[in-house]
Amino acid sequence: MVTYITRRLMQGIVVLLAVSFICFIIFRYAGDPVHTLAGRYATFQEQEMVRKAFGLDKPFYIQYTRFLANAAQGNFGKSFVTRVPAFNLILERLPASIELATSAIIISFIVGVGLGVLVSLQPYAMRNRLVMAGSLFGISIPTFLIGILLIMVFCVYLGILPPFGRGETRMIGFWRTGFLTWSGITHLILPAFTLGMYQLAVLLRLTRAGMREVLTKEYIKTAWSKGLPPRKVIFKHALRNVLIPVITMTGLQFGELIAFALVTETIFQWPGTGNLLLTSIYESDQPVIVTYIMLAALIILSLNIIVDILYAYLNPKIRYD
Amino acid sequence: MTKRFFKSKIVHNFSHDPSALAGSFILLVFILAAILAPWIAPQNPYDLTKVSLDAFLKPPIWMEEGQLPFILGTDDQGRCIFSTILYGCRTSLIVGFGVVLVAGTFGIIMGVLAGYYGGIIDSVTMRMADIFFSFSTTLMAFLMLGLFKQRGVMVVIIAICIADWVRYARTMRGSVLEVKEEAYIMAAKATGARDSRLILKHLMPNALPPIFVIMAVDLAVVIMLEATLSFLGVGVPMTEPSLGMMISIGKDYVYAGMWWLVVFPGAALVLLVVGINIFADWLREELNPKIEKER
Repeated sequence: MVTYITRRLMQGIVVLLAVSFICFIIFRYAGDPVHTLAGRYATFQEQEMVRKAFGLDKPFYIQYTRFLANAAQGNFGKSFVTRVPAFNLILERLPASIELATSAIIISFIVGVGLGVLVSLQPYAMRNRLVMAGSLFGISIPTFLIGILLIMVFCVYLGILPPFGRGETRMIGFWRTGFLTWSGITHLILPAFTLGMYQLAVLLRLTRAGMREVLTKEYIKTAWSKGLPPRKVIFKHALRNVLIPVITMTGLQFGELIAFALVTETIFQWPGTGNLLLTSIYESDQPVIVTYIMLAALIILSLNIIVDILYAYLNPKIRYD
Repeated sequence: MTKRFFKSKIVHNFSHDPSALAGSFILLVFILAAILAPWIAPQNPYDLTKVSLDAFLKPPIWMEEGQLPFILGTDDQGRCIFSTILYGCRTSLIVGFGVVLVAGTFGIIMGVLAGYYGGIIDSVTMRMADIFFSFSTTLMAFLMLGLFKQRGVMVVIIAICIADWVRYARTMRGSVLEVKEEAYIMAAKATGARDSRLILKHLMPNALPPIFVIMAVDLAVVIMLEATLSFLGVGVPMTEPSLGMMISIGKDYVYAGMWWLVVFPGAALVLLVVGINIFADWLREELNPKIEKER
């Protein structure tokens, strides 16, 4: 087990290095940083000075090692647009994104898995066919369309929920939260549902498919014939075995969640990291883009490693050596 | 050969399954509409000489102020919504089929090589697949387009292909690994068949079915992805029609109660994707031996 974890960690580091290398190439060669740093009207001498001052005249590998050393300390340079360290800019907006993503995951997990179990028990009942048809729509509507339609119904026509922003927030230490005020919670409802909808539909379909396969197994028949209460058979014997791949999928789909969060944040003008990234891409603000990619890579890779290790614990059939 | 195909079990099941027929019918209608767009659209919305700014933001014809020939109304540039949808479906389908063909072919080749030969090709392809997968196709394609300076339908196809081929490579490798152990492959090997013959004649036909499901699902995913990217402004350029772009333009008018700018292109997109997904669902159940059919 220890060797397995070490190997996964080593692999993770190699991947991070690869990502950092690509980021460095982007940073260095997608547009000349000297040009951006020195300003559009700098003379040739001024440009040379900037080149020297920032070490941009050094050979490639020295520049790269310096980039790595800085990156390890969370220093990716200042945003070209706001002149604030890119890392702080992203850190400041992280709580908003994390709160949105967690709410979305919780909603989609509870509703998705719950409905999936219900539907699998009588797959051919009319109302369950309707739920499945609904889930088909759920995976067929792109996130941005769900968001706009929800705004249209709940904000423009019914006028009961706010269409954009985060509402009132409170500071707890460095963390700006919207969970503690009524306005913060009403602002969260639509974006969280928008972001969670696709995941919800996917989880529903996965759970249903898994349950249908498991429910035909011998050990379930044994459990029924032992006279166990339905609650025990369904949740303890069947669902438990279905949940392993479902949880793995959820963990591994985190990249997808980040991508959809980007869309959701744009539509609801949610002041999170995704919104920041999109603005930075429009304005070619390389330091912010690079920081975002590195941070996303770090989070996704750590999550993958955690999921893999959890998987080994949950499933006794798998032994890594 | 053709006769055998038409008498096969899959064709029989297909023609007797209402949802499979409905799904492929929807897809077929969209393909026809996209091909015939220049002849059936009332207006070419991207020909500036045909578009008049006088007729901007008109509602659908059954509402007051509706105006012929704009059946579904017009957008802020005076473009006919119905015509733009037809042309937009063209882009959607070109990108969708383009990616499925290119990424699919490349992914299948890589998957077969990785699964059959193993070794370095296998480990490199699979590590790459792991990374691409954890970043997700959407995020990869988005970041790539964010960094590309060029815009265009081809650029979108390329970006999505780069992010997407690993999906095929992964499935194909798994399938090849399973089929490789079958007795008939061993037998073919024992008769001294060359690798190329073994792969093309014996391995591929038996390892491909799971890929068909992936292709069907992927077509839907890619069409949604193209719409999402165009919605975010990193997809096809302003000068090309796209359902995502239409919705992006329309979203600013939603607050003014002009729902038709969003609802019609949105409905077209969802209907197309639902049609493909229904077909994909059927195909998955059909090709999955694990689920017993009960009716």
